[in-house]
Amino acid sequence: MRELALNILDITENSVKAKASLVTVLVQARNNTLTIRIEDDGCGMDAEFLARVTDPFTTTRTTRKVGMGIPLFKMAAEMTGGTFDIRSEKGKGTTVEATFVLDSIDRAPLGDLADTVVTLLGDDKGTEFVFDIRVDGEKFVFDTRELKKELDGVSVTEPEVLLFVRDMINENIKSIGGEKL
Amino acid sequence: MKSIADIKAIRDKMQSQIVLRDNQDAEQEIRIVVGMATCGISAGARPVFNALVDEVAARNLHNVKVTRSGCLGMCKLEPIVEVHIPGEDPVTYVLVNPEKAKNIVANHIVNGNICKDYLITNN
Repeated sequence: MRELALNILDITENSVKAKASLVTVLVQARNNTLTIRIEDDGCGMDAEFLARVTDPFTTTRTTRKVGMGIPLFKMAAEMTGGTFDIRSEKGKGTTVEATFVLDSIDRAPLGDLADTVVTLLGDDKGTEFVFDIRVDGEKFVFDTRELKKELDGVSVTEPEVLLFVRDMINENIKSIGGEKL
Repeated sequence: MKSIADIKAIRDKMQSQIVLRDNQDAEQEIRIVVGMATCGISAGARPVFNALVDEVAARNLHNVKVTRSGCLGMCKLEPIVEVHIPGEDPVTYVLVNPEKAKNIVANHIVNGNICKDYLITNN
């Protein structure tokens, strides 16, 4: 993974597959720490599966015996000197939180968060998303429920809507100084 | 700077078109499916997905939907793109990049010619 925004896409896909109705993604840069937290209200995991979920030889898919999504995200955080934590409760949801040392030479760039959002929205599987991006004191929040309310029945998957969302997110991230991440 | 409220102009334009589209048969919808598991994402599936959205929007292809799927079990051939046209066999493209993605829309979806160079080969 070359960008943390790709890890975010990968981990939120797990939330969508867990049939979450709401996924909240926090990206926060403060002092010298970048925090990425992905919180969902999906089906969750039992303690036994949770205990081995960071092992690359754990997966739910049936086509192969390896699952690299969570191990790669954990590695991306820990190689900067950061931390990784995953909590889950069966039937309640899962929270994945990683912290990165911002100025570590091993930290991947945040990358293109707008493309990640477009990819998630482009195929609406009924999961709503909140992206909460905070850079120092500045903040930008994008909530797909607010977008859908404004759309008033027009599908969020319409390519013209997706292009608008991409531009809007890029502009707002830039205005809070997020592009330097 | 744009905000969510600015979507209104697009919404009003789309709402008039949607009435027309709802009268078409939903089964006529063409689906483009991009593998978006860890293997696909790390191989570049996200730029491919976004290039497909760009091309479908630029060409005003209102009967085409770009969607995601999981891992198809051929990780080293990612990014993988499947084209499902109603009444035809699905076509699987491998090792797709954004440029190939745009060609798939132009040649296969618009003009009906399968991009044979992007299919799985014995090599």
